[in-house]
Parts: sequence; structure tokens; C-alpha cells
Amino acid sequence: MINGADTAWMLTSTVLVLFMTLPGLALFYAGLVRAKNVLSVLMHCIAVACLVSVLWYAGAYSLAFSGGNPWIGDLSQMFLAGLTRGAVHPMTAIPDSVYIMYQMTFAIITPGLMIGAYVERIKFGAVLLFSGLWLIVVYSPVAHWVWGGGWLAAMGVKDFAGGIVVHTTAGISALIVAVALGKRDGFPHQLQPPHAPWVVMVGAAMLWVGWFGFNAGSALSSGADAGMAMLVTHLAAAFASLTWMAIEWARFGKPSMVGTVTGTIAGLATITPASGFVGPFGALVIGVSSAAICYCAVQLIKTRFLVDDALDVFAVHGVGGMTGTLLTAPLMAAELGGVGYGDGVTMGSQFLVQVTGVAAALVWSAVATFALCKLTRALVGLRVRRESETQGLDLAAHGESGYNLAFGGTSQ
Amino acid sequence: MKLIIAIIQPHRMDAVREALTEAGIAGLTISEVRGYGRQRGHKEVYRGAEYTISYVPKLKLEVAVEDDKVDEVTEAVMRAARTGKIGDGKIFVLDLLSAVRIRTGEMGPQAL
Repeated sequence: MINGADTAWMLTSTVLVLFMTLPGLALFYAGLVRAKNVLSVLMHCIAVACLVSVLWYAGAYSLAFSGGNPWIGDLSQMFLAGLTRGAVHPMTAIPDSVYIMYQMTFAIITPGLMIGAYVERIKFGAVLLFSGLWLIVVYSPVAHWVWGGGWLAAMGVKDFAGGIVVHTTAGISALIVAVALGKRDGFPHQLQPPHAPWVVMVGAAMLWVGWFGFNAGSALSSGADAGMAMLVTHLAAAFASLTWMAIEWARFGKPSMVGTVTGTIAGLATITPASGFVGPFGALVIGVSSAAICYCAVQLIKTRFLVDDALDVFAVHGVGGMTGTLLTAPLMAAELGGVGYGDGVTMGSQFLVQVTGVAAALVWSAVATFALCKLTRALVGLRVRRESETQGLDLAAHGESGYNLAFGGTSQ
Repeated sequence: MKLIIAIIQPHRMDAVREALTEAGIAGLTISEVRGYGRQRGHKEVYRGAEYTISYVPKLKLEVAVEDDKVDEVTEAVMRAARTGKIGDGKIFVLDLLSAVRIRTGEMGPQAL
């Protein structure tokens, strides 16, 4: 039976999660790129959001959440076949329509996160083709494994809101795409800095607010689980922001704004899988450790491995999502304020299940993304020409400029 | 007539404008410019990565003056713009061949 309170909260959460991508993530990324690529990044975000929505309706939802086998759903709900107005989603008290729509917003933001890896040099056609294929080949199966009754769900993996399904898959895949595409001209030493750091803060703040829908909404109800998830999500973000700020302050003498809000996102990504299972103490541990670990990951990827994951998708989302998934095992202990373990489950056995979940998502995402990059390159090409990269994708790919401040053209 | 071009630290602009007003200057033009001198740009750090900013933001102001005001105006700009640190900028003085007030067609010093 449909419960009004649950449905109201899930409708709200759906709006919040879409708000994370549009415009939260879009602005977060847009501020970090150079001025000549600002529109291309916004364009990637909105185009991916629309494309994923259409594919979700066409069959990606069915592959993730309809019956099937332990590995993949079936096609019985292609084009949402059989969806009736009054249908209640199984095991919940919300309409099926709301569940489909809520999950759609997750499917939108996951390939959306990967945009940060390939900005400023990818072909727009490649963005569309790759993102569409990736949704079908990576997102739908992994969502099925964890949330759609697949093999990881059967093992008892704990991923409340997408540490595995969203952040691990997107993070690893982002790294593979960044390697496949190659470095931007000038990376790492001759690049210009982010063109609008204040926009980065605006986007990060929208992501923070939207994340309440992401994590507290993942309770699929409006009760105690949602409430605690929201509390721990907020605390983790605050702890992580301050930790990242302190690291940069100690190391460079100044606490930077961009660094602080990067810490915010690291904390939010890391608490995501744990948010339904841990208490405030867990949020403290996750918040502090996520910023420290993700900070190190950013430095390693950029300066040691010299991979141009342009906006640090892997180091922040991938590393954060994996860290949070693994930390869920110890921090869900009842003695630490968590929900405790089920019958016959121990901290150690849960940890092994969490490791299995992360490893499986990591391996599948990496292999499939590698193949999809090859396929995309063969079909439409991955990278723009050097002249287009120098000119900026706004003009070269979209025929527009982000900033027309002083000298406007004349319209005919 | 002379054209005085000064490249100054953006945060000294208010002081420079006051000094010029005191020196009796009726109008000036400023523009936001970027460049470097001996300080060779500066470094900014984003997410732990250092970016070299080769061209530092400055303000360029242009003032046309009569010959007998050159020293007074140059002195005023210099005193107001100076902080004593590297990056305070430069003042250039050029000969000015002619000047026209567009509204009235006045020429020469009367147009200033």
C-alpha cells in the first residue's frame, strides 16, 4: 500500500538527486575548467542527463531492476512495459513510478561524474556514444548485482546509496577514459588554473544539499533510517571539508576554497555507502579519513602517475566510494553506533563481502570501459583535433562562447 | 602634451585616483591588463597542484596632460601607487601629437 509520507519524501529526494547533476555537478565542473571550455562541460552534463533518461526508459531500468539472473536483469520492463499508475514498488510503500524515477536520477549522475575525467579534449559524439553504452554495459549490471537482487545482494553486500554502484564504477571508469584519451595539451605544468573557483563552491554546495536526497532518500522511506542517514551525511561532509582545509593550510600556508569544497565532495562520496548503517561516530571517522585519503590520491594520480583525470574523478569519487564501502564493515558495528550485524555475520565476514563487492565493480568497470573506449574510438573517434583543443571546445564543438562581456556581435 | 601610461597594482587604484584629482586631472582611462615584470608571475595552488600564473592582473591607466603638469602627475601616481614591494608597476611618458574633443572639435591642450 502506498504511504503518503514515504512517497512525499521520495518525490523530494528524486528532485534533490537530479538537482545534484543539474545544475550542481555541472557548475562544480564548469568552474574548474578553463573559460574556453565552460559551455562544453555544461553541455556534457545536460546531454548525458537527457540521454540516460531516455535509455533508462528504453531498457536500462529493466536490465538493472527486473528479475533476470544474478548477473543481469531481463528485458521484461523495456519501455516500462506493464507499469500501472497504482503499482507499488515491492518491499516499499512508494509507487513504482517514483522508484523508477528516483533510480533514474542515480543513473544520470553516475556517467555524469565521469565527465570530470575527459573534459577539455573529448569529442562530443564520443561523450554521447560512450555514456550510452556505459550505462547499459556497466551501470545496469552493477546496479543489478547490488540493488536489483543480483549476486552481491545475495552475499549481503552493504552499499546504502552507491559507494559501489555509483562512485566505484564511475571513478574507475573515469581513470580508464582519462588514460585512453591522453593528457590535455600542457598537462601537468603548463595548464591554466580553474577559471571560476567561486562557481566551484556554488556547485559543491548544491551537491551537498542534493546529497541528502541521495543518501537519506536511499532509505526509500521517510522514517528513522532516512533521518540518521541525513545526519551522518552532513557530519561527514563537514569533517572532511575541515580536514582537507587543514591539510592544505599546513602544507601550503593557506586554506584554499577549492580544496575545502573538494574535501566536502570527498566526504559525501565516502559516507554514501555507509550512510544507512553507521552513526555519528562513523561519520567522524569517515569524514576525517576520506579527506586525508582522497587528498593523497589526488597527488598520486596527478604528480606521480601523471594521469590527466582532469577534475580528479577517480581520486575523489572512486577512492572515496571504495574507502567508504570498506569502512562500512567495521563502522556499522553496534558498539560504534551503527546498526550492527545480521545473524551469523561478523565484522570480518562483512569486510570480506565488502572487498568482494568493490573488487567486482572495479574489475568489471575497468574491463568494460577499456573495451568501450576502443569501440568508441573506432566508431566516432575519442579526441578532438589539436586546433580545437587550443581554441576551446565551446567554440570548436558548439559554436558558442561562455563569456561575451565587452564587445557583443550584431544580430542580423 | 604628454601621455602618461601607468601600470599599477589594482588595489592602489583608489589612492591613485584621489592623488590625480588633487593634482587637478579631470579625466583618465583605465583598463584591466595582465603582465609580468621582475617578479615573473606568481604561483597558485588548486587541490595541491601548483599553477604558474605568468601574467599577473594589473590596471593600466592613461592620462593625457599638458607639458608643465608631467612631473607633478608622475610624482602623484608614483607616490600613491607605491607599496615598496616587487610588482608595484611602471610609469611611461610619451609625447602626444594631438588631441581632439569629439563633441566640440576642440584641438590640442584645450581638448584635455
